[in-house]
Amino acid sequence: MDVSVITSNFKFLILQGLIGIGPFIGGTLRLAIPAILFGFVLGIFVGLARLAQAPWIRMPATMYVEFFRGVPLVMVIFWIWFIIPQLLRLPIPEYGVALTAFVIFEAAYFGEIVRAGVQSVPRGQVEAATALGMTGTKTMAYVVLPQALKNMVPSLVTQMIVLFKDTSLASIIGYVDLTKAAQIVNNREIKPFQIYIFIAIVYWLCTYSMSVFARRLERRAA
Amino acid sequence: MNYTFKWSVLWTGESGRWLLQGLLTTLELSALAWVLAVALGILAGALRTVRFTPLRWAATSYVEFFRNVPLLVWMFFWYFGVPPLLPRGIQDWLFNHGAEFWAGMLALGVYHGARISEVIRSGIQSIPRTQFEASVAMGLTTFQSYRLIILPVALRLIVPPATNESLNLLKNSSVALTISVAELTFQTRQIETYTARAIEALTAGTLIYLVLCLSIATIMAKVERRYAIPGLIARVGPAA
Repeated sequence: MDVSVITSNFKFLILQGLIGIGPFIGGTLRLAIPAILFGFVLGIFVGLARLAQAPWIRMPATMYVEFFRGVPLVMVIFWIWFIIPQLLRLPIPEYGVALTAFVIFEAAYFGEIVRAGVQSVPRGQVEAATALGMTGTKTMAYVVLPQALKNMVPSLVTQMIVLFKDTSLASIIGYVDLTKAAQIVNNREIKPFQIYIFIAIVYWLCTYSMSVFARRLERRAA
Repeated sequence: MNYTFKWSVLWTGESGRWLLQGLLTTLELSALAWVLAVALGILAGALRTVRFTPLRWAATSYVEFFRNVPLLVWMFFWYFGVPPLLPRGIQDWLFNHGAEFWAGMLALGVYHGARISEVIRSGIQSIPRTQFEASVAMGLTTFQSYRLIILPVALRLIVPPATNESLNLLKNSSVALTISVAELTFQTRQIETYTARAIEALTAGTLIYLVLCLSIATIMAKVERRYAIPGLIARVGPAA
């Protein structure tokens, strides 16, 4: 099989598509890394809000989670794509649209993981912290969350891998990530089999190394 | 924001028919892909727990490769990458018979088969090994003990994560719009293009997905209670 199409376009696919250095604003990593970070931070708030005593905090958080878990990500991307320019009255680059959509969407999933993680911490820990005179916020920050985080590691990494793969959907609105870069190369070279198998391997190397790293992390945490 | 809503675009003109067609295509695509995914999932999930190394290895490579690569890449692979390798006659036949639908179905089914197999494997592994040993001691063959003892119990244990994964499949069928399968999201975009009414069109599509997902989840919660194994509180964890 002729793989020269890969060697001659290797730089474009990896530098432009995967990392984001090149003529276009793009890059899978440049989108995935901030999306994971912000999605997780927003997810902590969503998860904690779902556990709140006050119904006016809990109910909106529950609805947020149920809504976004019942809708395809593609739909959310289109929503942000059409709504934000309407609201702000100014055009937003694809990068901003994609990042916003991913953070909002994934926060619902991260929120569920955070909630399950917090619920996995024994109730006695909270009682002990209260008995020591800690406030609710302090208990959460110093006692519950650190332990919950340890329990969350496997599902968190799984979700990060899912999010990493989901960034390929940003190519639908024209963001030049790895998938879009492959489409651009394919339009010129018409070697779809080689090109798509190649980017499949690149994606696989990224996600697989994430899961290997996670396994090592788990062993150390255990 | 001064946007005047005009909801009537959803029932005037072609919109209603498009939405209905989109919904039907989404259901058809998801149902066929689901059957394929479950078949592959049971096969790969069971093979990953057997002793015979080459079989286990083949199943593991299938699962690890397919589920760790974005679905969108698989859509392009099956639609653009595979047909040129087929003989000319088959290619022509395919492109006259909705190649994009079959490519989308394969992409969805093979991708989710790998994910469902993880659900099934965790179900099988949650059954104590002694059950298998007992059934072999009773004189059942390996195949019989899987079919009669292990799978029936495992399948009941995995109702919640399997439901979750099936809903993921339904939602992911929207990715097929990229290879121009006329499913629900595609039709929503079509209404938006024709009427220039983005918010109304997206609301309609979103509501249909929400109603679909929530009603399936409600039904499956009933099924879960109905087929719960009495005396068990253990749940199989969500699939990786």
